[in-house]
Amino acid sequence: MSTDNTAVGERHHAHHFNNAEHEFNTSMFGVWCFLLTEILMFGGLFVGYFIFHNLYPDMFAEGASHLDWRYGATNTLVLLMSSFTMVLSIYYARKNNTKMISWCLFITLLCAIAFMGIKYIEYSHKIHEGLLPGELFSYAHAEAANLGLYFSFYFMMTGLHGSHVLVGMGLITWILIRARRGEFNEHYYTPVEGVGLFWHLVDLIWIYLFPLLYLVG
Amino acid sequence: MYSTPGKNYLNEASGLWSWLTTKDHKRIGVMYMISVMIFFAIGGAFAMLIRTELFSSGKDIVDAAVYNQFMTFHGAIMVFMVIIPGIPAIFGNFFLPLQLGAKDVAFPRVNLMSWYCLIIGAAISFVSLIYNGADTGWTFYTPYSIGTDNGTLWLVLGAFVMGFSSILTGLNFVVTVHKLRAPGMTFFRMPLFVWSLYATAIIQIIATPVLGITLLLLAAERILGIGVFDPKLGGDPVLFQHFFWFYSHPAVYIMILPAMGVISELITTYSRKVIFGYKAIAFSSLGIAAVSFFVWGHHMFVSGQSSLAGIIFSFLTMLVGVPTAIKTFNWVATLYKGSVKFDSPMLYALGFIFLFTIGGVTGIILAVTALDVHFHDTYFVVAHFHYVMVGGTLMALMGAFFYWLPKMFGKLYYEAGARLSFVFIFLGFNVTFFPQFVLGAMGMPRRYYSYLPEYQLLNRVSTLGAYTIGIGFLIALAVILHSIFKGKPAGKNPWGAKTLEWEADEIPIHENFAVQPVVTGGPYEYR
Repeated sequence: MSTDNTAVGERHHAHHFNNAEHEFNTSMFGVWCFLLTEILMFGGLFVGYFIFHNLYPDMFAEGASHLDWRYGATNTLVLLMSSFTMVLSIYYARKNNTKMISWCLFITLLCAIAFMGIKYIEYSHKIHEGLLPGELFSYAHAEAANLGLYFSFYFMMTGLHGSHVLVGMGLITWILIRARRGEFNEHYYTPVEGVGLFWHLVDLIWIYLFPLLYLVG
Repeated sequence: MYSTPGKNYLNEASGLWSWLTTKDHKRIGVMYMISVMIFFAIGGAFAMLIRTELFSSGKDIVDAAVYNQFMTFHGAIMVFMVIIPGIPAIFGNFFLPLQLGAKDVAFPRVNLMSWYCLIIGAAISFVSLIYNGADTGWTFYTPYSIGTDNGTLWLVLGAFVMGFSSILTGLNFVVTVHKLRAPGMTFFRMPLFVWSLYATAIIQIIATPVLGITLLLLAAERILGIGVFDPKLGGDPVLFQHFFWFYSHPAVYIMILPAMGVISELITTYSRKVIFGYKAIAFSSLGIAAVSFFVWGHHMFVSGQSSLAGIIFSFLTMLVGVPTAIKTFNWVATLYKGSVKFDSPMLYALGFIFLFTIGGVTGIILAVTALDVHFHDTYFVVAHFHYVMVGGTLMALMGAFFYWLPKMFGKLYYEAGARLSFVFIFLGFNVTFFPQFVLGAMGMPRRYYSYLPEYQLLNRVSTLGAYTIGIGFLIALAVILHSIFKGKPAGKNPWGAKTLEWEADEIPIHENFAVQPVVTGGPYEYR
C-alpha cells in the first residue's frame, strides 16, 4: 500500500490510532481474525460431512446424484466472476476511479443475485421432490437408508453459505452506496478491502462445497 | 494534550444514554461489571436453591423436574454469563489498553456490540424460563436435548448469541495487543495479565465458532429434525459430544487463563519483587492454549470412545499439568524472599494457589482413564471443577476486584471487610466442596435431586458451607458498594504497583493518558 504521509495526515482517523495507515492495517488484521472464525464455523460442518461420508459413502453418492452439477458449475463460475469484479473495484479505488468502483461493485452484486436465483431454483426442485433434511425427507424412491441425512448436510452447508451470500449482498450494497458518494480513493478504501476479503472467503467456501456436494461419487 | 482538569471517564458525559452508546473501553468494562454481578447473583441464587434441596435425602423444597432446571440454569448462567465474560470482559476491557499504553481497544464499536450480544443472548436465555425452563444441564447433551421441553431451544439460542460476545471480545484483544502497544512496549515488556488475555483471546477466536455451529445444528435438529445427532435418522449423538467439548474444553481455559494472569499481577505487586520466570509464565499461557485443543476427548472416556483414543487423550490431558505447574512454581518462587503484604487481593491470590492446586491435581486424577471410569459423573467431578472454576477463577476475580477497584473508581475500600469476605468465601468454599470429593469417591452420582441416606451427613456439611460462601459474597458486595459510594480517595497508585495502568490519573481520563507513555523497561521492576 502506498500512502504519502501528508495526505494521510489530512484523512480522518479514529482517536486511538496514530494515522490512517495504522487504522487500515489494524482493520485488516481484525477482518482476517474474523475470517478465521468463519472458517472454523464452517469447519464444524465440513468435519461432520467427512465423518458421515466415511460412514455412508453410498448414501452420499446417491444424494449427490440428485443434484444437477450444471447448476453447481454455473454458480461456481458466477461466484468466481464476482470475486474478480470485487478485486477490480479495489484496483480502481487505488486508481481513484470512482465511477469504475461503483460499476464493479454493481456487477458483483448482480452475480450474487444470480447465485441466489439459481440456488432458489435448485431448492424449489428439492422441496418439490421431498428431498429434504432428516425427518422432513419424503422422497419415495430412495435406495440408501437415511438418505435424508445427506440432505441435512446439503441444506445446512448451502443454507449457511447462502446466508453468508445474503449478508455479503448487504455489505456490497452498503459500500456501493458509499462509493457512489465518492468516499473511496487511494487514501481510504478500508471498507472495500474488508468486504472484499469477506466476499472472497464466501466464494472460497463454495469452491469446496461444489465438489463435495455435487461431484462426489 | 486532551485532558481538562477534573474530567475523567466517569464524568466525561452523563446520563444513561451516554453509557449505553459509549465506545470507551473503560465504560464498557464497567457495564460488563454491573451485568456480570447481576448474573452472578442469579446464578448464585440457583446454587443456594440446589444446595438447599440437597440438604436432606429425598424431596426438600422442589421435585426432580424443577431441580433439573435449577441445575441447568446454575450451570448455564455461571459458565456463559459469569465465568467466561468475567475477567476478560470486565478487567480485560478496562485494563488491557491501559496496561499497553493504548487509548482504547482496536475496535471500540465492536466492543460495545459484544456487550449487547451478551445482554441479548442472556435475555433470550431467560425466555426459556417461560417455557417450563430447560433441564438438560449446561452441556445440552443429545439425544435428550432433542426431545425435551422447548425451553432448551431458547437456552441454546441464547448461548449461541452470547458466543458472539466472546468472539468479538477475543478478536478485539488479539488485534489490540498486536497493533496498539505504546512506543517501547515490546511483547516481552507486556504485563503477564496481557499475555494471559492474549492466549485466552486466541482460544476465543478459534474455539467459539465451533460451539456456534454445534448449537446451530442442535437448534436445526429441534426445529427441522435434521438428524445429524439423532441415531433414528442415521446421526450420531456422540458427535455432539465431540463438537461440544471441542469448544467447551478450551473454554475451560478461557475461564482460567485470565485468572492466572490476575494472579501473576497480584503476586508480584504484593511481594514487591520482580516476577520469577516472566518468560516461562508468558509462554506457559500460550502452551496451555495450544494443548487445550487436543484434550476434549477426556470428557468421553465412557461415551464409547475407542480405548486408543482414550489413552491418547489421557496422556495429552496430563500434559496440561506441565505449563500449569510452571506457573504455580513461578508464583511460589516469586513469594520467596519477597516483602509479602497480606492485603485482601493477596489473600485471594494465595487462596487461588491453594485451591487451584487441589483442583488441578484432582484433574490429573480424572485424566487417568482407569480412575475416571469410577469417578465419571460423580460428585468427585463436581468438586474438581468447582475447585478450578470457583477456587480458581472466582478467587482471582475477587482479588482483581479489590486490586483494581481504586483505579476504576478512584476510591479505597474497607480493608477489614474485604479480608472478612475472603475468610468466609475461602472457608465456606472448602467446607462446601471438599466433602464432595469424598461423596464422589463413595459413589454419589451428579445431577440428582436426591441421594441415598448414607450420603446425608456430608451433604449437610456441604450445604452449610454453601451458605457460608453466600454470606462471604454478600460481605464482598457490601464492601465494593461502600467503596464506590463512600470510599476514601485512593490516589494514583495505592499499591505502589509498576504496571502502566497505575500511571494513569486517579480515575483515568477518556483518552487514558494525557501524554502518550513511552515504555523503557519491563512491567515489574521493583528494585
